[in-house]
Amino acid sequence: MENQNGLDAKVPTGAINERWENHLADINLVSPANKRRFTIIVVGTGLAGASAAATLGELGYQVKAFTFHDSGRRAHSIAAQGGINAAKNYPNDGDSIHRLFYDTVKGGDYRSRESNVYRLAQLSVEIIDQCVAQGVPFAREYGGLLSNRSFGGAQVSRTFYARGQTGQQLLLGAYQAMMRQVDLGTVELFTQTEMLDVVVKDGQAVGIITRDLIDGTIDSHAGHAVVLATGGYSNVYFLSTNAMKSNVTAVWRAHRQGAWFANPCYTQIHPTCIPPSDEFQSKLTLMSESLRNDGRIWVPSRSGDPRPAEEIPDADRDYYLERRYPAFGNLVPRDVASRAAKLEVDGGKGVGPLQNGVYLDFADALGRLGEDTVRERYGNLFDMYQRITGEDPYLTPMRIYPAMHYTMGGLWVDYNLMTTIPGLYALGEANFSDHGANRLGASALMQGLADGYFVIPYTLGGYLAPRLGEKTVPTTDPVFEETRSRVRWRIEGYLTGGGTRSPDWFHRELGKTLWEHCGMERNADGLRQAISAIESLKEEFDHDLLVPGDGHSLNQSLEKAGRVDDFLELGRLMCIDALHREESCGGHFRIEHQTEDGEAERDDDNFSYVAAWGWTNGEEPILNKEPLEFEYVRPSRRSYK
Amino acid sequence: MDLTLRVWRQESPEAEGRFETYRAVDVQPDMSFLEMLDILNEKLLTSGFEPIAFDHDCREGICGSCGVMINGQAHGPQRNTATCQLHMREFSDGDTLVIEPWRATNFPIIRDLVVDRSPFDRIITAGGYISAPTGSAPEANLIPVPKETSDAAMDAAACIGCGACVAACPNGAAQLFTAAKVAHLNLLPQGGPERRSRVERMVETMEEYFGSCTNHGECESACPKGISLDNIALMNREYLLSKIRSR
Repeated sequence: MENQNGLDAKVPTGAINERWENHLADINLVSPANKRRFTIIVVGTGLAGASAAATLGELGYQVKAFTFHDSGRRAHSIAAQGGINAAKNYPNDGDSIHRLFYDTVKGGDYRSRESNVYRLAQLSVEIIDQCVAQGVPFAREYGGLLSNRSFGGAQVSRTFYARGQTGQQLLLGAYQAMMRQVDLGTVELFTQTEMLDVVVKDGQAVGIITRDLIDGTIDSHAGHAVVLATGGYSNVYFLSTNAMKSNVTAVWRAHRQGAWFANPCYTQIHPTCIPPSDEFQSKLTLMSESLRNDGRIWVPSRSGDPRPAEEIPDADRDYYLERRYPAFGNLVPRDVASRAAKLEVDGGKGVGPLQNGVYLDFADALGRLGEDTVRERYGNLFDMYQRITGEDPYLTPMRIYPAMHYTMGGLWVDYNLMTTIPGLYALGEANFSDHGANRLGASALMQGLADGYFVIPYTLGGYLAPRLGEKTVPTTDPVFEETRSRVRWRIEGYLTGGGTRSPDWFHRELGKTLWEHCGMERNADGLRQAISAIESLKEEFDHDLLVPGDGHSLNQSLEKAGRVDDFLELGRLMCIDALHREESCGGHFRIEHQTEDGEAERDDDNFSYVAAWGWTNGEEPILNKEPLEFEYVRPSRRSYK
Repeated sequence: MDLTLRVWRQESPEAEGRFETYRAVDVQPDMSFLEMLDILNEKLLTSGFEPIAFDHDCREGICGSCGVMINGQAHGPQRNTATCQLHMREFSDGDTLVIEPWRATNFPIIRDLVVDRSPFDRIITAGGYISAPTGSAPEANLIPVPKETSDAAMDAAACIGCGACVAACPNGAAQLFTAAKVAHLNLLPQGGPERRSRVERMVETMEEYFGSCTNHGECESACPKGISLDNIALMNREYLLSKIRSR
């Protein structure tokens, strides 16, 4: 079923560089004294959630923040390595807000909303100021000023970084700002508490249902608005670079309550991860893309060359990215670099014991810069690589291969970051808005913090101002009771299944199917197969799940069961979305739609829209389209040659 | 390789705990320590037993969720390595591994290998931040920070809050954790204005929950991020100066 109307992105009018400012001038304000009369629920305390909770608390709102971790400091944002983009133009190399905007729209393969991306580029500048003031120890030059490096998909150096731990330092900054508000009493932090449903009354989000992971208590929390900042869904593939607990549950349960899910098939494969070593692999580890600044990627020219890397002379090596894309070389965007690696490995040129990787070689950089400089730039990454593989990258090239890493799709949001449920917002990776069909490196941190520090604190006022004086819905209201019992019923179901298979078993099977048919490359036949395979797997899950223990204590298998259940439903929708999108764009590569030299072929006439899917209980999902208009960046075929 | 595991099992904070013995067979050297536990858990679960509860998330040594005692050592035998980054090539066929939760009375056991580390959050809440409300920040390059200062702040800021320092300390002291945050923020010019109140409140909150430091240095050897003992000296100096000045 398809619906052409009903999606109003509420983009302000005017020239693109004036839209955000115009919007700010128009938004209703809540006066300082009245802010404390509103309760805001923030779910997730990663970059987007913690920065939102901190800022809303500073403004005087009563904030209730939730995380399933034991502390606000552990969200997966912490693992981001490489950096954060900002159009500061400190290196004087020609960067500007417009250029960052242009690179992001182009990098996203013309499938993002121009106005949102422009705002993101504008706010990038303030993010760096904010983080430095909080004490984020970004890398500096000897003169004491901030240092920058370059990243994939850009020809300027605009990436700020804190060694290989940029995400950690930015998250600690946001977490500390949030804990300051906890100290001041404006933010109440609930740790080890998982959101299991949104409460919707008369079409508006009025609260959430949570489970205390330690004692199993099911609780209700009412608020004037609910903000979801719960991250992406790469873990649907089982093997991904995401943390083990990252999941889609908060977002998916909101989707089942009426929030539309946009572009679920836009998933990103990261080109530089450590290849799996055996079948027991629990997750994949990413090696920051920043390594591509100084590392050169190659495979042996002859497939099956038995010599160790150091003994293969230059003449017998194929630096395939430098050969195919002379302008960008090793710094082509992630989707391009990933597919190129797959092509080499599929062609029999893979390296390593399982022949499932390509080389990322630092010999030139070590010669040019010396070991000290290389160690300073990438020391912790080299150490991590050595711990995992037992090989020393100072002596022998790293082996890398693409892995699932980030999801551009997410809940559909308008310019205010509000979902299709009034009062329910989605921030950071949980929404779909800024990266189109492919995200550029160092842009996830930028978006999470832009949404949390600088967008939601303003746009929320527009929703709340007219509601001044309204009380929150009491948690004894029938709508809360109904939602609570649905949550309880679901948990009971998992515990009394009495089957034979673990949640992990189902997760692994789902992951294999998706990686094969809805991963780096997709085609119609494969996607149809995957849809029916997932349907059978879901049926098996409903009948053959085994969850030991009870619901009144810490039960990690029970937590996992709920997350896998949601992944099964999401996986099916991803395939439906990938099947309907008869074109290739960014991370969505349909092998039926490629140019003669194997590049992605978009179909702007028919697919220049956001696909926002509506949940229908048991029926096929409904497709809603938000047409994309490009006034400032003219879509062209991306070329990095 | 085949291993014998003696694992601490405890159903709840109040329950009596005990060691259970398990066999881990055909363990591959490239497997991570937690993957070895994953496989054991899968076996336990499908045979109708409850899996061993342990905290973990990123498995890249950065989130600070994981951490167990392995043969009496916090995070096991490899230096500068969190439990999730430890690989089975560090062990040999026939080894017996005693696996326990963090040993620290101020980190009570929740279940099996999972402990409650919330006192760490309370220390951060008591001043482990720079007050810079969103929107109030000056231009980022307005205040130059010498590279050495910034690097030293970064060294301290690398702490992942895992709690190994407390677990390794014979007194259950949290000096290394607290000092790392004090050093990170007090070294930077941005942290200057709140320097004194920060160190005083953080140290006093730490003392409410944790034991005293008697310079054993076990914390430094157990730290997966190589946080230096020098930070403790810095914290003590800052605390003393602050106390003298406020008299």
